[in-house]
Amino acid sequence: MSENARQLETLIARGYQHGFVTEIDSDTVAPGLDEDVVRLISRKKQEPAFLTDWRLKALRHWLTMREPHWAHVKFAPIDYQGISYYSAPKSRKDGPKSLDEVDPKLLETYEKLGVPLHERARLAGVAVDAVFDSVSVATTFRERLAAAGVVFCPFSEAVRTHPQLIEQYLGSVVPYTDNFFATLNSAVFSDGSFVYVPRGVRCPMELSTYFRINALNTGQFERTLIIADAGSYVSYLEGCSAPMRDENQLHAAVVELIALDDAYIKYSTVQNWYPGDANGRGGIYNFVTKRGECRGRRAHISWTQVETGSAITWKYPSCVLRGEGSIGEFYSVATVNHHQQADTGTKMIHIGRDTRSTIISKGISAGRGQNTYRGLVKILPSAHAARNFTQCDSLLMGGECGAHTFPYVEVKNPSATVEHEASTSKISDDQLFYCLARGISEEDAVNMIVSGFCKSVFKELPMEFAVEAQNLLAVSLEGAVG
Amino acid sequence: MSTARTPLLAINDLHVTVEGKQILNGLTLQVGAGEVHAIMGPNGSGKSTLAHVLAGRPGYEITAGTVSYEGRDLLALAPEERARQGVFLGFQYPVEIPGVNNVYLLKAAVNAVRQQRGLAEVDAFEFLGLVREKMKLMHIEDSFLSRGVNEGFSGGEKKRNEVLQMLVLEPRLAILDETDSGLDIDALKVVAAGVNSLRSPERTCLLVTHYQRLLEYVVPDIVHVLVRGRIARSGDRTLALELERRGYDWVSGQAA
Repeated sequence: MSENARQLETLIARGYQHGFVTEIDSDTVAPGLDEDVVRLISRKKQEPAFLTDWRLKALRHWLTMREPHWAHVKFAPIDYQGISYYSAPKSRKDGPKSLDEVDPKLLETYEKLGVPLHERARLAGVAVDAVFDSVSVATTFRERLAAAGVVFCPFSEAVRTHPQLIEQYLGSVVPYTDNFFATLNSAVFSDGSFVYVPRGVRCPMELSTYFRINALNTGQFERTLIIADAGSYVSYLEGCSAPMRDENQLHAAVVELIALDDAYIKYSTVQNWYPGDANGRGGIYNFVTKRGECRGRRAHISWTQVETGSAITWKYPSCVLRGEGSIGEFYSVATVNHHQQADTGTKMIHIGRDTRSTIISKGISAGRGQNTYRGLVKILPSAHAARNFTQCDSLLMGGECGAHTFPYVEVKNPSATVEHEASTSKISDDQLFYCLARGISEEDAVNMIVSGFCKSVFKELPMEFAVEAQNLLAVSLEGAVG
Repeated sequence: MSTARTPLLAINDLHVTVEGKQILNGLTLQVGAGEVHAIMGPNGSGKSTLAHVLAGRPGYEITAGTVSYEGRDLLALAPEERARQGVFLGFQYPVEIPGVNNVYLLKAAVNAVRQQRGLAEVDAFEFLGLVREKMKLMHIEDSFLSRGVNEGFSGGEKKRNEVLQMLVLEPRLAILDETDSGLDIDALKVVAAGVNSLRSPERTCLLVTHYQRLLEYVVPDIVHVLVRGRIARSGDRTLALELERRGYDWVSGQAA
């Protein structure tokens, strides 16, 4: 007992030692993680007691967990005590003053992507308040959403304005005990998005992080919660489609979706975090937990993701199909080039009767990239007449990359129908030459063939996103052939 | 026929090996503007190799000889450059490119040529009108517009698609590699009508074919017989008829 008490004493003392460097000036906590840090984060955000307690329970649980290593990815050990777990949004005056101060290579990429000039400045983190009026744009969309009764705000704001919704739904799909990274996120999450669409409301616009103030500074432990009440519809677009250089190594976000009776949530992601350089140095570890629950009857959740960035992508946007007749969908394009690694896929958990799921996964591997599809289709005894269709296609470019497929199927109800199709192909010399012989350059030909390969996923994306996704793919596969 | 002007295409003493095996063996051939030449020959005589070498397909080693096109060294150009300069290869086995729309590919091809000539991109509406007009000529259904390149096409559809692309691209030198093979008589007539519609004093066509059947509908100015990688015999279209009557052994024997 006394030994334990002493240890605790030391821990607390160390906590103090690691506390805020200067609360007023920098608002950044020193590296390290303990209960004091979690309490500080919660206090900084003026959170109610239930949330502080929830974070602490998560931390205590996390301390008992081990970093998992079952994914088909390799990475150097992460020093969790070497990370700073709270940093207030950087002051604008720390950012570049004008585009002249921004890395020219970054600007070149924006140009290739066709990002408008004022947008480029915003993405690069230039203080642009004087350049264009983002406030009016933000105000207009806020008014429209408010008129419809839709709540769309930073998570930390929702904690203050809608604590009862947070208390009811937070962790109800991804509990704080879920997995190592989700548990870490539960303890230290910084901010993220909160969406509530009331009963019977069709959200009048696509919700995107583009409109969310401070979206760029939400940091590495985002927490997003979307609740679609009965009969509502919302389409949410996540991610910035332009590359964001980021020094942070670990990005451990959690996204929870809840769809009640007849609600439909469409969640689209275009992820293009910094993938590291051509030699595999640097880049983001994107270890994200995304899960949606069709809690009501005939609820519908659809995930679409285009993953082109990150050094390592490790995520499985999943659907828990609890409501009778509910529908889960997963459409994915994952690209790896150079030394990138991706282990991604989905889980479709069929609980309710007559539930249906569709999985379309397109993996593209180039350079020395390693691409893994890992999927679970689980039909529980209660899921009478459940159906799943899975299609996994891999495209290889060059001889040093790899594609791996791990489909798991667990069927506990004999009335289920489960179909799985898989293919692996290469961009053939015949296809390439056919395009060349029509005057099309090799680069354009490769882009055309790859886009064709991904077509069934791209068509699920909102129009403007689809175009950006194609451009992104072209940029990330540059030099992959020839 | 062969006038004092520089021929559009001049192949001189061309030697080509594939994986160390000699396929073309001193082939010499001149084709003037406005002419249609048929290249016939038994299997393995090098007909398809010739077509592919002219289009610039990788994997062929040119060990000797020259090819000039419009007075320039054709072999020095990359395949896409050749296409943009007006060389067209109609494939014997057109490849499928799943998910890539037919019209999209065709438009990209037209724009590649236009860019080369310093022209603006083609107007989408006008382009569609042009494609529809040529589709009608080739008896291609409207559903073609929304399908992937050669995706799920029958053999005959693929060949008609090749000719359609040729009609839209209007090449100066069209090389059709066994475009007639595997076609029934109705499809053959359609393909022939397409090829004939493109005949003009500026345009030249090389018809690579195994049978003389196509030549009843597209009448060539000259027929060449390729044997063991070189031209064994040339003549007018009666040569094709004679070949059909006497078989390739007749020429092969003479060439030996």
